[in-house]
Amino acid sequence: MSRIAACFAELKAQGRAAFVPFVTAGDPDFDTSRAILEALPGAGADLIELGMPFSDPMADGPAVQASSLRALHAGATMARTFKLVRGFRQRDAKTPIVLMGYYNPVHARGAERFVREAAEAGVDGFIIVDLPPEEDAVLLKPANAAGIDIIRLVTPTTHDARLVTVLNGASGYLYYVSITGVTGTKSFAENDVKTALARIKKASTLPVAVGFGIRTPAQAAQIARIADAAVVGSAIVSVIAERQKDGKDKIVAAVSELCRALADSIHAQAGAKVRA
Amino acid sequence: MSTLPNSIRSGPDASGHFGAFGGRFVAETLMPLLLELEQAYEAAQNDPSFHKELDGLLTHYVGRESPLYFAPRLTEHFGGAKIYLKREDLNHTGAHKINNCLGQILLARRMGKTRIIAETGAGQHGVATATVAARFGLPCVVYMGEVDTERQKPNVFRMNLLGATVRPVTSGSRTLKDATNEALRDWVANVEDTFYIIGSVVGPHPYPTIVRDFQTVIGNETRAQMLAQDGKLPDLVVACVGGGSNAIGMFHPFVDDAEVEIHGVEAAGEGVDTSRHAATITKGSPGVLHGARSYLLQDAEGQILEAHSISAGLDYPGVGPEHSWLKDIGRVKYFSATDQEALDSFQLLSRLEGIIPALESAHALAHVAKIAPKMRKDQAIAVCLSGRGDKDVFSVAQALGEKI
Ligand SMILES: Cc1ncc(COP(=O)(O)O)c(C=O)c1O
Repeated sequence: MSRIAACFAELKAQGRAAFVPFVTAGDPDFDTSRAILEALPGAGADLIELGMPFSDPMADGPAVQASSLRALHAGATMARTFKLVRGFRQRDAKTPIVLMGYYNPVHARGAERFVREAAEAGVDGFIIVDLPPEEDAVLLKPANAAGIDIIRLVTPTTHDARLVTVLNGASGYLYYVSITGVTGTKSFAENDVKTALARIKKASTLPVAVGFGIRTPAQAAQIARIADAAVVGSAIVSVIAERQKDGKDKIVAAVSELCRALADSIHAQAGAKVRA
Repeated sequence: MSTLPNSIRSGPDASGHFGAFGGRFVAETLMPLLLELEQAYEAAQNDPSFHKELDGLLTHYVGRESPLYFAPRLTEHFGGAKIYLKREDLNHTGAHKINNCLGQILLARRMGKTRIIAETGAGQHGVATATVAARFGLPCVVYMGEVDTERQKPNVFRMNLLGATVRPVTSGSRTLKDATNEALRDWVANVEDTFYIIGSVVGPHPYPTIVRDFQTVIGNETRAQMLAQDGKLPDLVVACVGGGSNAIGMFHPFVDDAEVEIHGVEAAGEGVDTSRHAATITKGSPGVLHGARSYLLQDAEGQILEAHSISAGLDYPGVGPEHSWLKDIGRVKYFSATDQEALDSFQLLSRLEGIIPALESAHALAHVAKIAPKMRKDQAIAVCLSGRGDKDVFSVAQALGEKI
């Protein structure tokens, strides 16, 4: 069983939802980023989405854009992203890591080589925001062969007919984008998310994570009651931005504190979820 | 060349690819919208009333057809091929951009969209979009890099006069690529009511096709005018290439005419061997940006590099996917001209023909300056004069060290 499948199976057995933090690889610098990553499981992370920095993150709001640029200015490269994952894997064999980002850095490396290096480093899944099902065969084939999941995005604009296309080839889990908008800019409406989740659950047995519009522990709890996982990104990388000048230890402490609050809030919602 | 389709004009394929280029590399939120746009565009294409309305506006609002002007003194100056200028500079709003904007806003109206957004570099596309938005009474937001709002102040003022809101973009390199990112972000957040009028043959399918089709009026007219005035097709067709919309509009009606040579001219900035240029096809490599696979200026990691050109309209690290394909199959040859060469041609055309060209168009003229003297006097070159230079007088004065 893959790490992602094992993670969701265990959560299901415990009747609780996953806390999924998003951080950018190399933000604000390599060493701090490694320390943040290593602290996340202890702060309650069940699965980690690790951003691959890109100069032109067109689906992201200001917080994640800035995070990507901080990492690039500090010398982030794909090789160093893999190095982060490899280091993390030596200490943690259990927590799944999903790489999230844009296609061009993958394209520049070549999809085959990218997948091979990711697999060697211990990556479990990919979310490539600007690679819709119509274009992702080039990544899907080598990823499947390497046992890496392609996590597809479902959005409020994905109507039923299109959902079939999106689900075809999806594995690991589904990522429901809770708002029409870029990351960190709007808040979700609970009823809309509930309706969408019911629709998705009817079409697929994959776990569904919800993200893009979740900032606070209270919002995370709302999502944990109705979905399999709650993803928080902008709020976390904003803490890194605020604490950037304070040095590694304080940044890690601040990120851990926020993550602990989010995780506790999510994990307190045990057993209340809607299941198809 | 047996792998080529019967007509080079038949692309893209059903999924929006020109050979290995193009496609739809966008976030899922936009995918259903792009599919809807494709259908709406197809329906419009098959609706005679759509063409009737567009043609009427092109005639009475834009002032088409635009003249094809034989430039006697420029021809004499170079001492070679006859030079004909396709006068897109005489269009309402001063450039070719309006051809596309009118087509797209009619599409927006058909689709029931009530809000218009656009990106702009030089401000010409922003002005053209603000113009059609005013004409159709729709609110309009134009994203423009902060660097460009500085160097193209008159156009910012024009857009404001036309009732548009100009949003200076402060992210990234603060130029056209970042304005495009910001417009895409706006679109994702407002998919229900908003239509994104893209300004060049870039972006996800079907935009490169839509914009090309609306700009093809340039080449169609030029072809007929050349036959009428010179009795034959031109030996060479030349246009500047930023995103590539005036160029594809000029080239497309000629690509199946094997006897017509076609040259696109990119901005070489301070030189293609420096880091400050915008010669995407000449110096770039294939990658994915703003929804399409095409040539790009990027580093080995796939991070997008900043482009540089004295002309804001060419200052873009990408290029339309159809150009990438035309380059790879060898049908169009791509060259470049430096800031200095463009400045020289800017002044030359002003003095010899009494026409102040846009700095963008001056790049095409700079290439003609190199080629025309080597051609025979009975040969002819048709150049797309994509816009007028009024907007550029401040930056040209500055480059020449003059205060105005
Ligand atoms: C006069 C003029 N020509 C050319 C361009 C470049 O665009 P494209 O390559 O799409 O024609 C611009 C862009 O602003 C322009 O204003």
